[in-house]
Amino acid sequence: MENLIEVRDLHKSFGSLHAVNGVSLNIRRGEVLGFLGPNGAGKSTTMKMITGFIGPSSGSVSVCGHDVGTAPLAAKEKIGYLPEGAPAYGEMTPAQFLDFIADIRGLSGAGKTARIREVVEKINLGGVINQSIETLSKGFKRRVGLAQAILHDPEVLILDEPTDGLDPNQKHEVRALIREMAPNKAIIISTHILEEVDAVCTRAAIIARGQLLFLGTPAELQARSARHNAVTMNVPASDAAAVTERLGGLPDILRIEPGETLGARQRLTALSRTGNPIFDVVHGALRAGDWAFSELFVEPGHLDEVFRTITTVARAPGEVTHS
Amino acid sequence: MNRMLTIFKREFRGYFATPVAYVFIVIFLFLTGLFTFYIGSFYERSQADLEPFFRYHPWLYMLLIPAISMRLWSEERKSGTLELLMTLPVSLADAVIGKFLAAWAFTAIALGLTFPLWLTVNYLGNPDNTVIAAGYVGSLLMAGGFLSIGACISALTRNQVVAFVISFVICFAFNLSGFPLVLDFFSGWAPQAVVEAIGSFSFLTHFNSIQKGVIDLRDVIFFATLIALWLYANMLAIEHSKGH
Repeated sequence: MENLIEVRDLHKSFGSLHAVNGVSLNIRRGEVLGFLGPNGAGKSTTMKMITGFIGPSSGSVSVCGHDVGTAPLAAKEKIGYLPEGAPAYGEMTPAQFLDFIADIRGLSGAGKTARIREVVEKINLGGVINQSIETLSKGFKRRVGLAQAILHDPEVLILDEPTDGLDPNQKHEVRALIREMAPNKAIIISTHILEEVDAVCTRAAIIARGQLLFLGTPAELQARSARHNAVTMNVPASDAAAVTERLGGLPDILRIEPGETLGARQRLTALSRTGNPIFDVVHGALRAGDWAFSELFVEPGHLDEVFRTITTVARAPGEVTHS
Repeated sequence: MNRMLTIFKREFRGYFATPVAYVFIVIFLFLTGLFTFYIGSFYERSQADLEPFFRYHPWLYMLLIPAISMRLWSEERKSGTLELLMTLPVSLADAVIGKFLAAWAFTAIALGLTFPLWLTVNYLGNPDNTVIAAGYVGSLLMAGGFLSIGACISALTRNQVVAFVISFVICFAFNLSGFPLVLDFFSGWAPQAVVEAIGSFSFLTHFNSIQKGVIDLRDVIFFATLIALWLYANMLAIEHSKGH
């Protein structure tokens, strides 16, 4: 499949601050890339360079084959962009605002009217279509920004924190919308919410201090968790010590971590030494010891733990993990 | 071109979506009336012309045009819509010119609404209407000059009050540059050519000659060049501000 977005060795400095330091990425049609990173990591700056708002200090970006630096208008026609904070002209109503965007995007006549109606319906803006944008709630403002970004059905969609400020139902709707659009587009979303990566992304990129520290699938990201494939069980508190000793002695198991105490019962988590599945081993051992376990499940791995590990550990410049 | 027109339309409608347009027009008409009749002694002069009306335009514009131009770009910067606008497939020149023309068209409407005065002077006497028409053209050109200054300054800051104050000071300097107040400051030490060059930047001088009924190509070129230069500086200012 073709690369719709190609980012090559992007650098950006603001004075002495090296905000983006050698980011390279390719995104194909059908991919949704989740951009993760602490605040100030360079996520927004990278997105601003991909969309042509600011020029890189060095490196280049091409969108659908158009170089953003040398053919900015051709590239911008292919991109739908939701900037951070979903800015919009407050004195306009969503109807006027979308009409303006449609004009700029070169839509006209019946096609324009139909497309605006379709997007308004898809994003559920019907109820506020004639209220001025500055009077709308944060959730609606965000949706106006989304509507604006997808109005021309772009091949490339760049969304800077699309679900920020939305309630859980709205988040769910927006994620469903992104998934629905994903097969025909290349999409980049930035987010603080790790579950979002699992929910909508086909790939995840972690960026910190301007550098790309991880690029891979969400599953690969989870696999880097110490708790990946760990098995949690619920046993009688009186048996906890015996279970810990028995399981802790098995070669596949790294160690046993005690979890919550629930009345007379105790949760224990067995960590895999190699990261490989240990469910059968644990299950077999519990059966053999005839312990009355009431829960037994495999931990998928904790994304926030991986995120913390990757973004806080100091790394040599240029060291990128490609899984 | 189409996109410039789209920007123009959005911007122009924007004036009337808020009270800005109405407040500005009312104040403008009130002040032009005040200057014309009380300070300019329109009746007492017993002359059928609009000289007392046009005479005060440079001073009115110096105050009122920065009030129009201050929000042009600083508001876009502050609200973040600059990022939206600059990532739409619009060239920087289209955006700068479209916004400027919208502000200029709005000023033209305010100026046009002084037409009852033109009717009045025709009712009272037999004025030379070509001189009055030239006065309107000159006034509009001068308004464009002030607006281009204000637009550029507005692009340099997120703060509208700062944009207003700085634009006001620069407009003031352009008005006064033909006056002894400014020229005496330079004439003691600067070469004569420099003093004359500074004097030639005076909006008052160029406006006065047009207002007398002579639309000299040099005066038109002066304002056109001035507008072009300030708008170019406006583009540079936007380009610069994007990185911050």
